[in-house]
Amino acid sequence: MLDLRQVSKTYRVGAFGGRRLHAVRGVDFSVRPGEVVSLIGESGSGKSTIGKMVLRLISASSGTIAFEGADIAGLRGHARTKEYYSRVQGVFQDPFSCFNPIFPADRVFELVRAEYAGAVSQAHWRARVEDALTTVGLDPAQVLGKFPHQLSGGQLQRLLIARALLLDIRMLVADEIISMLDASTRIDVLNLLGDLKARGLGILFITHDLSLGNYISDTAVILRRGRVVERGATSAAFSAPAHPYTRRLLASVPQLHTSWQQADARLAQEGEGECPGCAAGGRPGEHGPVDLADDHAVGCYTAA
Amino acid sequence: MSDSAIEAKAAQAETGVSGAGGVRWRDTAHFAVRNPKLLIGAGVVLALLATGLVGPLFIDNPPNAYVGPKSAPPGGGYPLGTTSFGQDVWAQFVFGLRATFLVGLVGGGIAAAVGMVVGFTAGYRGGLVDEVLNMITNIVLVLPALVVLIIAAAYLEARGIWLQGCFIGLTSWPWVARAVRAQTLSLATRDFVDLARMSGRRAYKIVFREIAPNMSSYLFMTFILLFGGAILIAAGLDFIGLGPTRGVSLGLMMHSAVSWSALSGGMWWWFVPPGLGITAIVGSLYIMNVGLDEVFNPRLREL
Amino acid sequence: MRRVSLDVTDLAVYYRTLRGDVRALDGVSFSLADGEIMGLAGESGSGKSTLAKSLIRMDGRMRRIRGRVELDGTELPVDDQRAMVPFRFHEVSLIPQYAMSALNPTRRIGRMIRELIRSRGIDYTAVHPELLRRLELVGLDAQVLDRFPIELSGGMKQRVVMVLSTLLDPSLLIADEVTSALDVTTQRSVAEALAGFRDRGFITSMIFVTHDLALVHQIADTIMVMYAGRPAEKASSRTVIEAPRHPYTRMLLSSLPEVGVTFSGKRLEGIPGQPPGLLDPPEGCRFRDRCPLAFAKCAEEPPFTEVAPGHWAACWKVEG
Repeated sequence: MLDLRQVSKTYRVGAFGGRRLHAVRGVDFSVRPGEVVSLIGESGSGKSTIGKMVLRLISASSGTIAFEGADIAGLRGHARTKEYYSRVQGVFQDPFSCFNPIFPADRVFELVRAEYAGAVSQAHWRARVEDALTTVGLDPAQVLGKFPHQLSGGQLQRLLIARALLLDIRMLVADEIISMLDASTRIDVLNLLGDLKARGLGILFITHDLSLGNYISDTAVILRRGRVVERGATSAAFSAPAHPYTRRLLASVPQLHTSWQQADARLAQEGEGECPGCAAGGRPGEHGPVDLADDHAVGCYTAA
Repeated sequence: MSDSAIEAKAAQAETGVSGAGGVRWRDTAHFAVRNPKLLIGAGVVLALLATGLVGPLFIDNPPNAYVGPKSAPPGGGYPLGTTSFGQDVWAQFVFGLRATFLVGLVGGGIAAAVGMVVGFTAGYRGGLVDEVLNMITNIVLVLPALVVLIIAAAYLEARGIWLQGCFIGLTSWPWVARAVRAQTLSLATRDFVDLARMSGRRAYKIVFREIAPNMSSYLFMTFILLFGGAILIAAGLDFIGLGPTRGVSLGLMMHSAVSWSALSGGMWWWFVPPGLGITAIVGSLYIMNVGLDEVFNPRLREL
Repeated sequence: MRRVSLDVTDLAVYYRTLRGDVRALDGVSFSLADGEIMGLAGESGSGKSTLAKSLIRMDGRMRRIRGRVELDGTELPVDDQRAMVPFRFHEVSLIPQYAMSALNPTRRIGRMIRELIRSRGIDYTAVHPELLRRLELVGLDAQVLDRFPIELSGGMKQRVVMVLSTLLDPSLLIADEVTSALDVTTQRSVAEALAGFRDRGFITSMIFVTHDLALVHQIADTIMVMYAGRPAEKASSRTVIEAPRHPYTRMLLSSLPEVGVTFSGKRLEGIPGQPPGLLDPPEGCRFRDRCPLAFAKCAEEPPFTEVAPGHWAACWKVEG
């Protein structure tokens, strides 16, 4: 459904744009309907930039992003952009910043109505909004007409997901959507994504938190400095990480029932290892994704 | 963002200090009616405006008509006395107030409009558009505006108040543009703008319905400052004799008072009213602005 | 029994607002032994940040209602800004979350440190060798002093602040969410460096404020979980993670996804509902409305009692 091929984003920085900053470099991956793909990376990995490119909020410098077969860079004009947004929507990290503080929170629904459902009657629209709110687990009476500061982060984040559901979307980009939520409520939002996936939505789940990526996703894409280091089915990538970077990352994640010392010991026992892609015929330290097995590839850029 | 930042936001929300929406406007009104600076400033400006609007209705002759005795001090039929030609100073004053407010409105309005259009466009569009607009802004900014005004005023044979207002407006917008651009730049990176874009909104609607309302208090204060600034510039031009060729204004009154040696002749009633009028209007506008700043800016509020 | 270094008794701190008092911290008692690292965990609004701030620097809107704080046998005048000055930095030190972003970007790190140290009435040349030694300990060389804040990564900045705030070997260090904004690998090195400071005796004891239970139990000896302005449970890290007794702690832990737990395999559940507003909090147990075990007695406030040696909890359902 969504296919990224060799997508790159380069910024010009410094005086007179003399230096180039490569935020994303030659990234490939696909999202299928009913699949959650998590983009996992530390800061500076380019994960959010990819999300913004998919949402057409910034343009790619090179490569193609195709949605249902059509390159989204070719969607010129307001009408076609609008059409695209009725299929693909996003939710961002900071729920407080997503709401215009001077308007009631449910204005985000009104915007959608004004642009996409002008002909729908008030009563009918209200029913649709209430339906979407119930889907995301909110009580309409509790949230409608409230201002953003009167609602909790979790409620606001669900409102934004409900907003996306008002459109007939096929794909949702969720950029760090629960990192600002409290522990006791974040799992509910995560479960909500799981339910949406069961309804056939493709979800691009962007996170820095490996445990979240592991919990929700079918496919994991590990990014480092704008490049794909490892890509594969979540079960494979997390239980048998191939690239040394992924292994180190996993060993650093604080876990409830494993101490860092234990994780280290395990790492030492198994060995950080060499990149299996280099052994499998890639140019040592500078090869793009090399397939190790079905649906599991590693890329290596240590030489660069 | 972190947990303690959320706590801070939650605390803010609970205290309503930087809360928003209905609460914010209620709070703003709460502080507005309790702010002496704002009340005094607005009171003086409104009183003078009312004088300028209503006063002329009670005057039968044109303000520059030679109606009375020459150089009469205040009293009798002429509450502010007469000029050395026998013109009624009170009549000139109330008509002059009208003209002065008109210049402020036209000059301030044009400057605000141009500045906002340029600032919003540059800030929201970015890229090449931003660079070109920025260049134009900077050029106009470094033009010695007063000199241009003097030259332009000197070239034009027939000058009216409207023309003067336009000139002032067209030379004083650059700093507005720069300030609006900076604010737009920072607001445009907020997620709600992205969300509006993803709702299929057109750019101009995003600017005017999403971004501008967030800086409405700032825009309002800017207009007030421009208004006062335009009045001052106009008074300056009038005073050096480059004011409107016809009609009457507070600056022109001072100009003729000085030209016909009212100062040395001891005719204080000729130059004190217009001088005081201009000072009162501009001074009150600035005091009002300080008051507004305290009302809008929670950090300046005294709890 | 180890010597008690910090002793907090029934501390209550409210925020003064236009609409009344926000009871952010409402009766907290605990003590900290010498050499103890206590993780202070909780969600937003739990009062953990308020507690951390109260121990070193109250802001203008905060007011102590009752309670006392004793550090090494001396009472801390927590609500007297001026009287607190001699204690700060010398006895109690704080590492704030965004430490370096608040500092002047146009000054070199070294100059900033020098000015800060002098402003506390300390001879800079006397502490300079120790400063360099400690920077080296956290993996920074002396050149870092010649750099500007913008030239350092988040982790490096955090380490500079760590060294700076512990330079005078304070008795108590408060680390407020110091790792939240960092990447996982940096997070780990910063947390381990802090634990190393305790091992080396640079600090006597530490309160590590965080919302991340999985992180804090890696370095803390004990964990105190707070909820809605009150402590819910305090015990050794191991006990809190492996055998929690308070229903809130239990539900919180069971809602945390871990590497190895998947949505399709085992669906985790959150805690329904929201914490109560602290402007006018309900009587009794503040977790009552979200608690599956709640019963009539919960309308009374449960005391924070020792239910097993070294294990405190505030719940009527937890038997001692």
